[in-house]
Formats: sequence, C-alpha cells, structure tokens
Amino acid sequence: MGCTAADVVAALRAAAAVVQEHRDELVRLDQAIGDADHGENLRRGFTALLSRLDAEEPASPGKALKLVATTLISTVGGAAGPLYGTAFLRASAAVGDAAELDGEAVARALQAALEGVVARGKAVVGDKTMVDALTPAVTAAASAEGSVAGVLSAAADAAAEGAESTVPMVARKGRASYLGERSAGHLDPGARSTALLLRAFADAAAGA
Amino acid sequence: MKKIINDPETVVRDALRGMQAAHSDLLTVHLDPAVVVRADAPVRGKVAIISGGGAGHEPLHGGFVGRGMLDAACPGAVFTSPTPDQVLAAVERTDGGAGALLIVKNYTGDVLNFETAGELAESEVRSVVIDDDVAVKDSLYTAGRRGVGGTVLLEKIVGAAADRGDDLAACEALARRVVGSVRSMGLALTSCTVPHVGSPSFELADDEMEVGIGIHGEPGRRRVPVGSATEMVAELLDPILEDLPFAAGDRVLLFTNSMGGTPLIELYLAHGIAEQLLADRGITVERRLVGPYITSLEMQGMSLTLLRLDDEMISLWDAPVHTPALRWGV
Repeated sequence: MGCTAADVVAALRAAAAVVQEHRDELVRLDQAIGDADHGENLRRGFTALLSRLDAEEPASPGKALKLVATTLISTVGGAAGPLYGTAFLRASAAVGDAAELDGEAVARALQAALEGVVARGKAVVGDKTMVDALTPAVTAAASAEGSVAGVLSAAADAAAEGAESTVPMVARKGRASYLGERSAGHLDPGARSTALLLRAFADAAAGA
Repeated sequence: MKKIINDPETVVRDALRGMQAAHSDLLTVHLDPAVVVRADAPVRGKVAIISGGGAGHEPLHGGFVGRGMLDAACPGAVFTSPTPDQVLAAVERTDGGAGALLIVKNYTGDVLNFETAGELAESEVRSVVIDDDVAVKDSLYTAGRRGVGGTVLLEKIVGAAADRGDDLAACEALARRVVGSVRSMGLALTSCTVPHVGSPSFELADDEMEVGIGIHGEPGRRRVPVGSATEMVAELLDPILEDLPFAAGDRVLLFTNSMGGTPLIELYLAHGIAEQLLADRGITVERRLVGPYITSLEMQGMSLTLLRLDDEMISLWDAPVHTPALRWGV
C-alpha cells in the first residue's frame, strides 16, 4: 500500500506533536553543548507548519514535503532551519509529482535528504551532528525492502542508534565545536531531533 | 528569571515596536518578516550594507541602522540567526541599484541562512564573513572563529565607504581588509539568561571568570579565578596582540565593550588600563570606542577589540554616522 499526500500530512502532524512534546528535552540537550535554542526553534517551525497545513491541502506527497521545506527555512533560523529545510526540499525533489510513494521512493527521498544536508552543512559521520543519525537511517532504509512502514521503521531504529553514538563524540561542527573535548559525554540535539522525527514518521506509517 | 518582558515568545517583536517608537526618524521596522530598515531606503545608487543575527546583542545590529552605517538589519530570535526570507526582504527594501553587501558573523546558523538568501536574491549580492574572536584556536576542528566585537567596527567603516559612493566590489574588498586587521577576545563574570530558556546559560562560581567567552555564552579557553582588572585586561590583550600579530609602531582603534551587565565605571577603568598596556608596547591608540555595543543580554563581562588602522580606515571611521547607537559628524 502506498503513501498518499494525506498520509504524509498525517505524519507531519504527528511529527509536530512529537516536537512539541520533546521541546524542553531538546532545549536541555542544546543548553549543555550549544546555545539552548534547538527545541524552541523546531517548535516554532512545526507550529508554523501546522497552521500552513490547516490553510492548504498539498496535492501530492512531494508538494507536502516542499511545504515543510519552505516553512522550516522561513521560520526556524539557526543552523537547523536551512539544514532541515534543505533535507525536505531535496526529499521533495526526489519524489517528484508521484501521487503515492512506495517504500523504495521513501528510501530514495531519505537518501536525497542526507545528500542535501551534507552539501549544505559539510558535516561527515563522526562530527557529532544530525548526519550521525541520518546516515545510518539512509543505509537501513535502502536495505529494508517492502512497505513504507517497514522502511521508515528500519530508518528510525538506525537513527536512534546513530543518535546515541554521538554521546562520546567530540563535536567538530556547529556551536558545540567550541567546547572541544568538553562536548564529549552529551547527546547531540540535532541527531536526537532527527531520530525523533523519523520515529514519528514511522509510527504514523505503521498506524496508517 | 526576572526580566522586563511580557512573554518570552514575543520579546523580539515587542522590543522592535519600542525601537520603532524611539527612532522613527532614523529607521522603519517591518515585522513580517522582521527587518529594520533605514528610514530613507532605498538610497539610489548606493551599495546597501546589510547585517543581522540573533537578537540579544543590542544595540548590534538594529541600533546601527542609519546614514553612514547599515541600510538594514535582520534580527533573529534571541541568539538565533535570522531566516533567509528576512535577509531577502532586507535586500529588496534597500537595494538602490548598486547591489548589497551582507556582513555575516561566523556562526554555522548565520552563515547557512545568509548563504541561502544570497543564492535566492535577484539583486547583486556579495557577502563577507567576520571571524575576529581569537579565543577559538583550533579552527580545523571547530566551526571556525566567531564573529564578535570587530563586527561593529566593520559595519561602521564599510558603511562609511558605501555612503561616500564606493561600489560593491570596493566595499567588499575594504570589508575583507578590515576582517584581516581586527582581533577580539572577551571574558564573562556572570552568565546570561535567555528568555525562552528561563535559567542561566552556564554556571560560574562567584570567584570564577570564563576567559574567551562567546557572545552567546559559548565557553571560552579556560575558567580561572577572578583576578584584578589589570590581570583581566592582560588576559584579553595578550592573545589579541600575539594573534595578528600587532607590533610596536602600529596605529590602532581600541574598542572596549561591555557584555551588557558591566557598568561604564568598570569599563572605563579597564579601558584606561588597556591604553596604558598598549602605550607600554609602543602601539599608538589613534581612535577608541567604549561602551556596550555588542552585548550578551545581561551578562557581566567585557571584550576588547583591536583594529590595525591605515589612513583610509581612520577617515572612514571619522566620517559622519547617524544611527540610534552611534552618532557623530552630523
């Protein structure tokens, strides 16, 4: 069974609820090694997304993803705005005008999202960023054949593990890098939010 | 948290409304998206000088909008870079046909958002990244040096060049020359509290100071016991002097800046010491700026910025400026 524009919108609403729920946790994580704004910035972006989704109904999964991109780019700020915005923009381009997405299309969209994030942020695995969550997610999605729910679930599991792997890392990108060795021992907030979003998408797909 | 605010969610907007009320002769505040624009923009034939960054560093950047400095400033949320649509709106409202120069402080978020805006803009846009904070040493393994106090001097000098009619390429070249000649470092005696967080950004004991602090409360080089004012000034000045390096015979602008919570009595005290230490090394202080110009909310602490001057920079520094926070020659 494919994933329609309505399914994507439902998953986005679920993601917005998860961001709201974890706002304080993300602020705390960012307070430890960054500038304490990640949770608030994402909450602002996803709140804006909810009102955009109330106002207009995207005609295709690709259009829905593009709406996320433009909303996040214009409301989030910080590094997360352009990075998540680019991720959703590339994912949108990767799925094109298809009315429904299958598991393979979702895996392709995740791959494109990762490429966009790397192109914009220039981070590599091991820098203690969202790339550490997204990279294993893309690999897992590519090898998980089958339904959208199956692909997203594999991606979400891998992203959670990838996020945890950032704990011992010394940050080499973003504001946490100013801490040097002192950044070790903390979960990276961007990797954590990436894992949260993928888990929300996976849960929404499983329930659909 | 005790602050004079109504709601952490609207603090930047509410402050911008007050700014509009206070300075309607100099600037116009647009709220959606948030951009502070000089009242007579666009100025025909003049290069537009645009900057921006997270709020919480006032008067930077909105307080420097006006003749002889910035054409527009894009305020983000507190300590959060502005978004590309704010920067695009600033370009559209101020481009008088000669293009726009974006002055970007070197933080990951600021660079990404300004870069995205530059790619989307229809006007001719160039950008210059300022990274004057010598506290960040290991640039290969970090996001690079941060943009701090040197930004104020850069905005003044390049703003004056645009005001006298320099074209975009000349403004950009001058900006790069200033970036190459300016170095800063700061220290904190207390933390600041970000309104939407509600608790101090970091803990610092009563007898400790953080040397090399960033303007968002990022950690510095080290945490040491609070010393005398002379020791504090030397802690900042020595790494600055070694870095460029500055040498005997140099002519400089010395900028002694409060992080927001340090009063002028302490700032002047520190400035006097810095002037003496520079004189001892044979460095001539030709121009100075003392006050809270790039702050970190209510943080107590200070930063020192040293700019190696040439004759052109001196004449541009002295040129008329008419903004809420800097005003002379008019």
